[in-house]
Amino acid sequence: MGSNAYISLKDVVFSRSGRRIFDGITLDIPRGKITAIMGPSGTGKTTLLRLIGGQLRPDSGSVQVDGHEVPRLKRKALYTLREKMGMLFQSGALFTDLSVFENVAFPLRVHTKLPDDMIHDIVLMKLEAVGLRGARHLMPSELSGGMTRRVALARSIALDPELIMYDEPFAGQDPIAMGVLVKLIRDLNSSMGLTSVLVSHDVPESLSICHYACIIADGKVIGEGTPEELKAHPSDQVQQFLQGQPDGPVPFHYPADEAGRDFGLGGKA
Amino acid sequence: MLDRIASFGRLGLDIVASLGRSGRFLIGVLGGVPRPVTGFPLLIKQIYAVGVLSLAIVVVSGLFIGMVLGLQGYTILSDYGSESAIGQMIALTLVRELGPVVTALLFAGRAGSALTAEIGLMKATEQLSSMEMMGVDPLRRVIAPRLWAGFIAMPVLAVIFSVVGIWGGMLVGVEWLGVFEGSFWGNMQSSVDFLDDVMNGFIKSVVFGFVCAWIAVFQGYDCVPTSAGISSATTKTVVYSSLAVLGLDFVLTAVMFGDF
Amino acid sequence: MAQRTLEIIVGLFMVAGLAALLFLALQVSGLSPKAAESTYTLYANFNDTGGLTPRGKVSMAGVTVGSIESISLDRETFQARVEMSIHSEVDNIPADSSAVIRTSGLLGEQYIDISIGGDMESLQAGDTFYSTQSAMNLERLISNFASGK
Repeated sequence: MGSNAYISLKDVVFSRSGRRIFDGITLDIPRGKITAIMGPSGTGKTTLLRLIGGQLRPDSGSVQVDGHEVPRLKRKALYTLREKMGMLFQSGALFTDLSVFENVAFPLRVHTKLPDDMIHDIVLMKLEAVGLRGARHLMPSELSGGMTRRVALARSIALDPELIMYDEPFAGQDPIAMGVLVKLIRDLNSSMGLTSVLVSHDVPESLSICHYACIIADGKVIGEGTPEELKAHPSDQVQQFLQGQPDGPVPFHYPADEAGRDFGLGGKA
Repeated sequence: MLDRIASFGRLGLDIVASLGRSGRFLIGVLGGVPRPVTGFPLLIKQIYAVGVLSLAIVVVSGLFIGMVLGLQGYTILSDYGSESAIGQMIALTLVRELGPVVTALLFAGRAGSALTAEIGLMKATEQLSSMEMMGVDPLRRVIAPRLWAGFIAMPVLAVIFSVVGIWGGMLVGVEWLGVFEGSFWGNMQSSVDFLDDVMNGFIKSVVFGFVCAWIAVFQGYDCVPTSAGISSATTKTVVYSSLAVLGLDFVLTAVMFGDF
Repeated sequence: MAQRTLEIIVGLFMVAGLAALLFLALQVSGLSPKAAESTYTLYANFNDTGGLTPRGKVSMAGVTVGSIESISLDRETFQARVEMSIHSEVDNIPADSSAVIRTSGLLGEQYIDISIGGDMESLQAGDTFYSTQSAMNLERLISNFASGK
C-alpha cells in the first residue's frame, strides 16, 4: 500500500502498568477508506486510537499520521494535527453543560474566527447531516444513547477533518440506531472522502461497511485484508473471532491453577 | 517486617510522585493564562460557580461565628471589667485568623469538592479526552479558569466573612449586651492595624484560595475515572485542603505575627 | 443563564468584596484617608525598655503623636536605643522634654509618654531625648520594697 497509507504503524510496542498491550504491531491504514480494527474486548483497540491521536506514546516503534511522526511532535504541532482528526468516543463525550448546538459549535468557536451567523449555518448543516437539526436546543442529558452518538459525530466532523476515528460506535445500540450509524459512517466516508478508522467488536456491522479490516489479539495483528479475504482466512483464531465460537485458540477459561487445587480436591492436601 | 518497610517506602514514593505530578500539572495550567477574549467568559462563569454560589454559606457562618465570638468574649472580658475590649477581640480574631481559615475550610467543602467532582466526572465521561482530540488543551480550557476563579473568589469571600462576622459581633455586643458602641468601634480601631492585621489576613486568604483551588482541580484531573475514584478524590480534596489550610495557617502566622 | 446576567452578578460579587475590604480599612482599622502622614524621627536611650514593642504608640498628654519604629541595643553604652517617628505637625517638642515609658492600665501594653519641658528650643529631626525614664518594673519594685531598700 505504501504511499497510499494515511496512518502507518511500525513495530509499535506499548505497555501499561507492567502489562504489555501491544507487542510489535505493524499496520497501514489506507487513505479515504473505511478501515475496521476488530478484536476481542480488552485487546487495547481504544488504546490504539489514543496512540494515533497522540494521547499516549508508544514505548518503541513509529506512529505516522499523514507523514507526521506523532510521538515526536511538539505539543503545539500535535494540537494542530489534531484539528485534522475527529474522534467519536464510545460514550459520545458531549459536554454536559452545553446544548446540542453549542456542543457542535464548540470546535468552530475555538479553532476559527468565523462570525456567529456562519457558525450557526455550519452547525445546522452538520446537525442536518446526522438528522438532528430539530434537536439543537436539547441538552445532552435529554438525548438517547443513539442520538448522543450522532451529535458527537456531528461535532467531530464540524471542522471537516481528514481522519475520523470511531471508538466502538455500535456498542450498546438498538438495531435502528445501529442501522442509522452504519449509514452515516458510510455516507460520510463517501461524500467527504474521509479516512475512517472504526474500532469495534461487532463483526457483521463492521465487515459490512469497511473496505479493509484487521484483527488484533494478544498484542499482535493476527489477520488483515478485505472482508472477503478475512472470511477465507486460514487462521483458527481469526475464524473463532469472526464466527463467535466460545472456545478455540482463545480459551473460554481465564488462565488459572488447575481446577482441582482451587476447589481443595486432591493435590497436596 | 521487611514487607512493612517496603510498603512504607512505596507509600513515600507515591506521595513524592503525586507531588511531582501536581507540580507539573500546575506549570501546565499556569502556562495557559486564559486568553483575554475567549478565556474571560469562562472565568466569569467559574467565579460565579465557585464564589457567588458559596456566598450564602459564608455569610451565614460568618454571622454566627461573629455572634458566638461576641457572646464568649463578653462573658470572659466582663470578668475583668473590660467588656469594651470586645470589639478589638472580635475584629482581631476574625481578620487575622477565623476569616481566612474558616472561609477556606468552607470553601474547600463547598466549592473545592464540587470542582473535583465536576472535573473527575468530565474525565470519566471522556469529555477531557475528547477535548484533547479536538485540539483543545483541557488544562487551559477547563482547569485554568477554575484555578483562577478559586484564586480570585477566595479572598473576596474571606473579606466578606470578616465583615459579616464583625457585624454579628456588634449585634450581640452592642445591641443585645449593651456595650457602648463608641468604645466598641474605638477600641477596635486603635488596636487593628490595616497593614499588619487586615492585609496579612488578606494575604493568608489569597494563599489559601490558591492552595484549595489547586488541590481541588488537581484531584479532579488526577482521579481514577470511576465512581469510586471520583468519590475518593472528592474526599481527598476536602481532607488535604483542610490540612493544608491549617498547616499553612500556622506557618504564615509564625512568619507574619511571630517576631513579637 | 445569559452571559450578561452572569457578568453583572459576578461584578456585584467583586464590588461587595471591595466594599468589605474598604469597611475593614476604614471602620475596623481606623485607617484615615490621610494615612500617609509625614513624620520625622527622634531617638531616646533607655536603661530598660521593659515590654516596649515596635509599632507601640508615642503620646503626649494622652494624645497619640507618633509610633515606635525600632528598638535596638547600643553596643557602646549597653542601653536600648528606641527610634520613634513623630507626626510632622507636632514640631515644637521642647528640647528638654523627657521620654517616659508608661503602662496603660495595670497590665496593659507599654508606650512612650513625652513629658513636656520648658525650653524655648524644640527637638529637630534626628535628635535624641536628653532625659529618659525607663520602664517601671513591677517585680523589681516589689522586691525592693520587700527588702526594705
